[in-house]
Amino acid sequence: MKYVKFLSAFISTVALIYVLDRPLVPAPALGRFLSPFTGFWQNAESTSGFKDQTYAMEGLKDKVEVVYDERMVPHIFAHNEEDLFFMQGYVTAANRLWQMEIQTHNAAGRVSEIIGEKTLEVDRLQRRIGLGYGAEKAEEFITNDPQSKTILHAYCDGINAYIKSLSPKDYPLEYKLLGYAPEAWTPIKVALLLKNMANMLSVFEFDVENTNFIAKYGEEAFKHLYKEQDDFNEFIIPKGTKWDFKAEEGFAKGTNEKSIIRKITVGAKDQAPYESYNQVLEKPNDITGSNNWAVSGTKTKSGLPLLCNDPHLQLNLPSIWYEMHLVAPGINAYGATLPGAPCVISGFNDSIAWGVTNGGRDVRDWFKIQFKDDSFDEYLVDGKWEKAKKRVEVIKIKNASPYMDTVIYTRYGPVVFDPTFKKASSKNLLSLKWTAHLPSNEFKTFYMLNKGKNYDDYRGALKNYVCPAQNFVFASRSNDIAMVEQGTFPNVAEEVVDGADSKNDWTAFIPSEHNPSHKNPERGFVSSANQLPVDETYPYPISKVGVYENFRSIRINKLLGIAEKMDADYMKKMHSDNYNVFAEMILPSLIRIAEKSGKLKEYSNILNLLKNWNLRNDANLKEPVLFELWSTEFIDLLWDEMADPELPMKRPNSYLTANFLKNDSTSIFYDNLQTGEREDREAIVLQAFSKGMTKLKEKYGSLDKIQDWGTHKATYVQHIAKLDPLSRLDVYCGGNRGIINATSATHGPSWKMVVDFGENKAYCVYPGGESGNPGSKYYDNMIDTWAKGEYYTVELSNDLEKVRQKALFKTTYTKK
Amino acid sequence: MKLLINTFIIIALSAIAQLFLPWWSIAVVAFLVGYFATDSGWQAFGAGFLALVMLWGGYSLFIDQANEHILSSKMAQLFKLPSSYLLIIITSIIGGIVAGLSAMSGRLIKGLM
Repeated sequence: MKYVKFLSAFISTVALIYVLDRPLVPAPALGRFLSPFTGFWQNAESTSGFKDQTYAMEGLKDKVEVVYDERMVPHIFAHNEEDLFFMQGYVTAANRLWQMEIQTHNAAGRVSEIIGEKTLEVDRLQRRIGLGYGAEKAEEFITNDPQSKTILHAYCDGINAYIKSLSPKDYPLEYKLLGYAPEAWTPIKVALLLKNMANMLSVFEFDVENTNFIAKYGEEAFKHLYKEQDDFNEFIIPKGTKWDFKAEEGFAKGTNEKSIIRKITVGAKDQAPYESYNQVLEKPNDITGSNNWAVSGTKTKSGLPLLCNDPHLQLNLPSIWYEMHLVAPGINAYGATLPGAPCVISGFNDSIAWGVTNGGRDVRDWFKIQFKDDSFDEYLVDGKWEKAKKRVEVIKIKNASPYMDTVIYTRYGPVVFDPTFKKASSKNLLSLKWTAHLPSNEFKTFYMLNKGKNYDDYRGALKNYVCPAQNFVFASRSNDIAMVEQGTFPNVAEEVVDGADSKNDWTAFIPSEHNPSHKNPERGFVSSANQLPVDETYPYPISKVGVYENFRSIRINKLLGIAEKMDADYMKKMHSDNYNVFAEMILPSLIRIAEKSGKLKEYSNILNLLKNWNLRNDANLKEPVLFELWSTEFIDLLWDEMADPELPMKRPNSYLTANFLKNDSTSIFYDNLQTGEREDREAIVLQAFSKGMTKLKEKYGSLDKIQDWGTHKATYVQHIAKLDPLSRLDVYCGGNRGIINATSATHGPSWKMVVDFGENKAYCVYPGGESGNPGSKYYDNMIDTWAKGEYYTVELSNDLEKVRQKALFKTTYTKK
Repeated sequence: MKLLINTFIIIALSAIAQLFLPWWSIAVVAFLVGYFATDSGWQAFGAGFLALVMLWGGYSLFIDQANEHILSSKMAQLFKLPSSYLLIIITSIIGGIVAGLSAMSGRLIKGLM
C-alpha cells in the first residue's frame, strides 16, 4: 500500500513536470511559460521607476551614453563611429530582436525552421526568386568596401553583444510563445533585410500579365485600356521640364519597337507557368504608396525649407520603423531606422533632411527558356546549348527532416517555377532577372546621407543606390530642395521575352545622372507620391503599365501650389488631408448614369447624400462608406475579365478606371461575365450599386444603421505573427488609399515626419511604439496620437546636456 | 506550525533555486524538504502547495501590478481566459500542485525506508 501511494504520487509528479515542460502546439510549454521566474511574466515590464545605470561593455573603444527620452527614443552619444553603430545594433536588438530575426528568416526562406512544414512552400518561393542569392552578392559587395565593412561589422557585433547577454528568461515574448531561441547575427542578415524591402517594393512589373492580356484581347485593347486612357498630368518631374541629355545606346525610344523585337508568342491554352505565377506572385491592383515633398524657402513663413515624408506600408506591430538619434563626431542624424540595418533611413541632420517614396518602375524581366531535355542541364542561347547552374537550397523544418530544393539558374537568373514547384510545365519555363540580384550597397547611401552637408553630398550618396528604386526628396538648411528617382534601371521589356536570343538580355543601364531629377524648380516645391516620374519627353522609355497612382500627387501639388508662406502646421494638415480625388473623378459619372437610368428612385436619399458629400473620407462621415462600397463593386464588375484564375492579367488602376468610365460608354469590358446577358455601362453601374447596398444591408441590418467611415473601415495594426491580442484593432481614423492620408484598413503612413529648418524643429510620429515587447507600455503608445493626426516634437541637438533635460533615464556603457 | 515552517523553507529555497535552475527545480526543492522535514504525506503536500501558490502567485501578482496588467490582459485574451487575475490563479495553482505532489513523494519515499 505504501508503495502504491508513493508510486502514484511520484509518477504523477514526474508526469506533470514532463507535460508542463513540453510544448503543447500551438501553446508553449506551460511550466516554463507560466513560471514567473522564467516565463512570460518576465516580459511584463514595470511601467515606472526608470533609473540611470552604468555597464562595462566588451567591444567598445570608448564610453557611450544612451539617453532615453519620455517616449523611449534612444539618443546615442558616442566618441567614434564604430562605437556609435555598435550601440545602434545593441540598442535596436534590445528593443526589437524578435522582429529583426523573423524578418530576415522570412527573406531567407527559413520560417519553416520555427513553424514547421506549414510554411515550406512560402520558404521555397523566397529562395526560388533568389533573395538569398541576391543577399550573398550584396554582402560580398558591401564587405569589399572597407568603410562599409567596418560599420556593418560594428553594427552586427552590437547585436551579438546583446544576444549573448541574454538568458532564456530574458528572451522576447515571441520566442517563449513559439519555443525557440535567438541565433547569432551575421552581416548577410543586413543584406537580406534590404532584399526583403526590394521584394516588397520592386516587384511591380507586369510582363506576364501584359503578355496574357495581349494574347487574349489583342494589342488594340491593350493600348486602349492602358495607354490611351491616361492623361496623367502630375508627374514627379513637372511636365515641360527640359532634358539636356539623350538616351544611351540600347534604349529604343518607344516601347512598341522594343517589344516587337523581343516579343514571343504564348498560346492562351499553353499557360502552365503562368497559372502557378498567378497563385503565388499576385500583385496588388492599387497600392497605398507613400508621399514626400519639400518646400523651398521662397514659399515658407521662415524663409527656410520644409520637408515631409510619410511612407505607407502595412501597419504592423512591432512597427517596421524604430526612431533613433545617432550622435558621434561627424554625424548627428535623427529619424526612422530599419531594425536590423545600420543608419537612419528617413530623417534629418543639422544640415539636410531626406525622405523616400517608392518608385514603382519595372526592374524585372521574365525570359522564356528552352531546355534541351527534362534534366534541365542545358538551355538554348543564340543557337548553342549553354550549361545551367543548379543551386541546392537546404530548408530546415521543425520536427521533420530538411527539404532539399534544387533551383536552376540560367545566365538571366533563377527559374522560379518548374515541374517540382507549382507544377510548371517543362515546356514553358521562365527565368527571372531582377535588379535585386545585382551586387549593391544601398546602406552606404543612407550612411552618406546621415553625414551629408549639402546637395552634392546627397547626389553622391544616391549613386550607391540600386534597388528598390526610391524617390529621394531633399532639403538643406542652405535652401536647396531637390527630388531624384534613384535606382538602377536596365533596358527592360514590357512583356515576357525569348531567352534563346541574347539580344533580349539587359544590354544597357540608365546612367545615375540621367535618372529623373530636379533641383530648386521655379514652382518652389518638389513632391512625389508614386506617380509616373516623367512625361513623354524623357529620353528613356518607361512602361506605363504599373502601379502608378495619380490621386495623391494631384492633391499634394494643388495644396502646395496654392499656398504661400507655408509653415509646419500647414504640412501637418496636409498629412491628415482626407480629400478623395478618385471620388471627385468618378462619382459624378456614377451618379449621372444612375440618375439617367431612372431605376434608383427608391434610393434617391442615398444619391442625394453622395451628391452633397464634401468628398472627404473623414472618420465621422457616412458618405465615404456608401462611396467605397459602390465604387469597389463597380471596379470589380468592370474588370472581372482580368480576374481569370487561369490567366493572370493586370486590371487598369483606379485612375485609368475613372477616365475609362467617363470616355468609353460601349466597351466590351462592361460585360459582367457572371450573367448570360451582355451588360452595358449603365447596367453595371446599377448592378454595382445594388451589390454594394446589399452588402451594407447584410452588415448593418438596414441602410439607416450604417456606421461612420472610421468605424466601418476599422483600421488595425497587426502583430507580425497575426495574433489579435498582441495587435491593435479598431483604430478610429479617416483616409484611404488614393488619399494623402492613405490609411486603409491594413496599410497607412508607417512613419510621418515634418522637418522645419526655420523653427529648427521636426515633428514625428508612427503607429506603434519604440519597444517591440507587448509587455511594455511603450509597445503601442504612439498609435492614438498617430490616429488623431498629432505629432511629437523633436529637437535635433548634439549637446548631451540639452538632450538629458527631457530624459527618462540614461544608460552609460564604458569599455571593458 | 511545522506546516508553516516547511512552507517558508520551500519558498526560500525554491526562490533561490529558480534564479539559476529551470522552473522544475521547485519540484526538487519540495521533494527534499518533504523528505527531511515533514511529518506526513498530506502535510508535505500542504507545505509544497502553499509555498508555491504563495511564491508564484505572489511574484506574478507583484509583476502584474508593476506592469499595470498590460501583458497579463493580452495573455489572458490569447488563452481565451475572461480575466487576467485568472492567469495569476492558474500560475499559482500549477506551481502549487507540482511542488505539493513532489513534496508528498519525498515524504512517502521516506516512509518506505
